[in-house]
Amino acid sequence: MIPAAFDYHRPTDMAGVIALLQEHGDDARVMAGGHSLIPMMKLRMADVPHLIDLQSVSGLGGISIGSENIRIGAMVTQTDIIADDALAKGAPILREAALQIADPQVRNMGTVGGNVANGDPGNDMPGLMQCLDATFSLIGPDGVRDVPARDFYEAAYMTARTDEEVLTAVTIPLPAGGYAYEKQKRKIGDYATAAAAVQIVRDGNICTAASIAMTNLSDTPIYSEAAGAALVGTSVDDAALAAAADAMQGDIDPSEDNRGPVAFKKHVAGVIVRRAITRAWSRA
Amino acid sequence: MKDEVTRDERVANLKGMGCSRKRVEDARFTQGKGNYVDDIKLDGMLFGDFVRTPYAHARIVSINTEEALKVPGVLAVLTAADLEPLGLHWMPTLAGDKQMVLADGKVLFQGQEVAFVVAEDRYAAADGIELVEVEYEELPVIVDPFEALQSDVVLREDLVGEGGTLPDGAHGPRKHHNHIFRWEAGDRDPTAQVIAEAEVVAEESMYYHRTHPCPLETCGCVASMDKVNGKLTLWGTFQAPHAIRTVVSLISGIEEHNIRVISPDIGGGFGNKVGAYPGYVCSVVASIVTGKPVKWIEDRMDNLMTTAFARDYHMTGKIAATREGKITGLQCHVTADHGGFDACADPTKFPAGFMNICTGSYDIPTAYLEVDGVYTNKAPGGVSYRCSFRVTEAVYFIERMIEVLAIELNMDAAELRRINFIKKEQFPYTAALGWEYDSGDYHTAWDKALKAVDYEGLRAEQAQRVADFKAGKTRSLMGIGLSFFTEIVGAGPVKNCDILGLGMFDSCEIRIHPTGSAIARLGTISQGQGHATTFAQILASEIGLPADSITIEEGDTDTAPYGLGTYGSRSTPVAGAATAMAGRKIRAKAQMIAAYLLEVHDNDVEFDVDRFVVKGAPEKFKTMKEIAFAAYNQAIPGIEPGLEAVSYYDPPNMTYPFGAYVCVMDIDVDTGVPDIRRFYALDDCGTRINPMIIEGQVHGGLTEALAVSLGQEIAYDDMGNVKTGTLMDFFLPTAWEVPNYETDHTVTPSPHHPIGAKGVGESPHVGGVPCFSNAVQDAFRPFGNRHTNMPHDHWRIWKTAHDLGLHD
Ligand SMILES: Cc1cc2nc3c(=O)[nH]c(=O)nc-3n(C[C@H](O)[C@H](O)[C@H](O)COP(=O)(O)OP(=O)(O)OC[C@H]3O[C@@H](n4cnc5c(N)ncnc54)[C@H](O)[C@@H]3O)c2cc1C
Repeated sequence: MIPAAFDYHRPTDMAGVIALLQEHGDDARVMAGGHSLIPMMKLRMADVPHLIDLQSVSGLGGISIGSENIRIGAMVTQTDIIADDALAKGAPILREAALQIADPQVRNMGTVGGNVANGDPGNDMPGLMQCLDATFSLIGPDGVRDVPARDFYEAAYMTARTDEEVLTAVTIPLPAGGYAYEKQKRKIGDYATAAAAVQIVRDGNICTAASIAMTNLSDTPIYSEAAGAALVGTSVDDAALAAAADAMQGDIDPSEDNRGPVAFKKHVAGVIVRRAITRAWSRA
Repeated sequence: MKDEVTRDERVANLKGMGCSRKRVEDARFTQGKGNYVDDIKLDGMLFGDFVRTPYAHARIVSINTEEALKVPGVLAVLTAADLEPLGLHWMPTLAGDKQMVLADGKVLFQGQEVAFVVAEDRYAAADGIELVEVEYEELPVIVDPFEALQSDVVLREDLVGEGGTLPDGAHGPRKHHNHIFRWEAGDRDPTAQVIAEAEVVAEESMYYHRTHPCPLETCGCVASMDKVNGKLTLWGTFQAPHAIRTVVSLISGIEEHNIRVISPDIGGGFGNKVGAYPGYVCSVVASIVTGKPVKWIEDRMDNLMTTAFARDYHMTGKIAATREGKITGLQCHVTADHGGFDACADPTKFPAGFMNICTGSYDIPTAYLEVDGVYTNKAPGGVSYRCSFRVTEAVYFIERMIEVLAIELNMDAAELRRINFIKKEQFPYTAALGWEYDSGDYHTAWDKALKAVDYEGLRAEQAQRVADFKAGKTRSLMGIGLSFFTEIVGAGPVKNCDILGLGMFDSCEIRIHPTGSAIARLGTISQGQGHATTFAQILASEIGLPADSITIEEGDTDTAPYGLGTYGSRSTPVAGAATAMAGRKIRAKAQMIAAYLLEVHDNDVEFDVDRFVVKGAPEKFKTMKEIAFAAYNQAIPGIEPGLEAVSYYDPPNMTYPFGAYVCVMDIDVDTGVPDIRRFYALDDCGTRINPMIIEGQVHGGLTEALAVSLGQEIAYDDMGNVKTGTLMDFFLPTAWEVPNYETDHTVTPSPHHPIGAKGVGESPHVGGVPCFSNAVQDAFRPFGNRHTNMPHDHWRIWKTAHDLGLHD
């Protein structure tokens, strides 16, 4: 559990970060909270000759809530998310989800940017951001660009971000309606056996919009458009719940691990998504 | 002289037996001021670490250390070839087998030590490890002991004689080249006959999975050979420092007086730190070779994957009874997976530990136990994780068999236990498998427990829940877990308990200082049990000096009297007894001094709390403080100066703590998630020394029981890869997963122990595991469940529900 030797860089501005990334190419990686990256380095599964710490880079923090959007800086920690009351009012699903990530010590370090950039299917925030239809802002040698969360993930640890780009912020349209983040895990600090993020809008007794994303049930987060669609126009009764769960099953592709075999995970995914929908609906 | 202080106040001032004295150790532990082995830093100290095999079974074709030696800071790379001239490439195990220190031609389990890289710091060592090139030729891997007993593949060529003959092992004849021993207890034929003729027989097979003690601090040591004076000092995480000194002396040839073993603060042991590991031997050799101190510290993965696992018992039982539920016979067969080497830490005559306590708390007239030990391509070990030698296995077995028999008889399991308990008046009770239980009052404890939880109310609630479930009103089931356990601890009488020939007595040496304070040293070593607190309390009550004035010191073999260490709940039963006995020697001498000072005959004074008083004239007395001063500073005819005593205590018998536990659990049938609603634990550990420490021990033991029963396992795939080598997958519960425990007690002193104490540290683990497991199983009993194996993690609970058709 000792990482290979590496050089440690601590630039203070983004230009410095990009210069280092350009200079060292594949040999360099940025580090945010380090709580995914450092364990990988200690296991020698990640070889990072040049580690670029983002902690002193200005302009990556802050949570701002506008009339239409919420902007969360990449270096905002999970603890910051939980502590921000205005954010909890504007997008309460963020606090509910963050409280189910790891433990307080990890959350004090782990950042939103690191969590969504990491590309680990076990991370909770990618699915959450897909549910919220967030956009990720990237900066690189060629300038700035925005990528929707729903288009960002390609495979485990493979994302639309190029090696020379840094994720600077996440922008979320102000969510409407009821919400729920439901996660089954074996213990505190565990990644999900299955997790579901649900936002749901209600008009009278009819669902008018629904967004559903699942975590750790494929090699990427799964935004299940079909599951959401199955609820729209219904009164979210048993038949609609079953239809949404069925649609979701068509999108996920879990694999066996120590949490259990595929059949178990699929079953639990179905239970979890129904519970998330039911809770979100009750809050809508 | 008028005594201003009341007798009750004098008693309270001592903080002796029965006082919930705060742990004196905690001041340093809670301030980060403990001194653990990794805190030891010596001038010029080097760091050693292992190249480990990724393969579970392979021949070593070659080892090339050239590139590793080029890493700046790497000084040496030791392989078996380097150790062979010293005769140290293999070492004896505590179980009478031998074990490779470094891979000698082949490897037998994933993570086995192949080479030892010695470097100036641990970073250089880690870089060196990466560059040692080992060429392996893979061999067929066997992870299943039943397959091992059928297979042509020979795991241990060193144990096969010429022409394929099988020399006897340490415990007698072997029936196959992968077979280690067969051990029997009880009467085979009479038991078979009872079962054949019984009105009712319940049969069940169960697997007690492989798990690991996983102490928070991993194993490690610092070896320092002083070439000038020829003395070797070895600091380490040793649960048995004296035994380690003797073993090091025997295998290294260094005379025992030239070896000093020191166990500093230890961050939990739970059996993991009893045995001797290759890291110790390699550190010693590296220190001799380099002339510098060498440190070796396991990381978490090393610890989980290589140093002593626990359990891995495949158990098959038959229990016979009358139709009314009176048990008439019990049969048990165990296939014990010991991994690549037999490195269990059991008393020598007990290769399956005290598995023969498997008749439990019940009056079972006839019984037979047979255990086959088997080699596989898994890590060696088989230690007693928070239990006395294999007692968790035995208690799990019988507490499951009782439940299965209750199902067979269509009877309430609490009632079935009550019918069969050994009765109070039967003690001392000799069990069918040989042990003599010292004392017990099981019926009283059971009734108290069932009343405390309103057992009948719980059963009514459960019946309602089942009805609601069947009516589609709920998806949650309720389980009521029962367990009644009898432990066998305090190994043990030297006549039948030794480890590698070392008798399992223990010791205490006391020195009273002239001003009336004291130091006592013991042959045991605390790893979190709070010895410095409780042993001082025993002494306070015995010698009348305040516990706060008594220092307890353990773990340094140059100063402490010889003893066999701390595991198997033996400290209080054995060293605690030695402490009381040594205290009584002090008191006997104090009595003579007091009589002299009070100018009366020895028999005319009597001990009273903290003083000797003249019989019938309590205003005439000498306090122990005054006596201590006189002992050193006053010439007393016929009495040597000083006030010291030592006692080596060979216990006449084991002690048999017991307890009654009840767990109430709700189970989410659809996700397999259990929710422990209530846990009630009644422990009877005989005389209670410090109720607060007992409660702490019960909480800790129950938490480890929860872990083992609900998810903690060392799992292997078919290739012998460890699947649970980090704390992400190896379940270590936190405060979050742990319920609120309700603790309770009865007190049935041990009749043969000087203060009647029996030991408690392991009871909650032993009794807790079947209790949690029984709760899970009980929830599904109304739907036809008989038995499912632990660990009851979410998916296995879900599978139980699924297989019973509860998801249809
Ligand atoms: C015990 C434990 C339990 C955990 N449990 C959970 C859990 O339940 N759910 C969960 O979601 N997570 C969990 N985590 C992960 C934790 O939330 C991480 O902190 C998080 O995934 C990554 O955030 P970080 O800031 O630590 O990123 P780092 O570890 O610093 O980086 C992760 C990766 O993202 C890259 N990166 C980081 N920031 C940027 C950026 N701004 N732009 C581009 N690339 C970037 C890094 O180069 C690296 O490849 C757990 C971690 C631990 C140690």
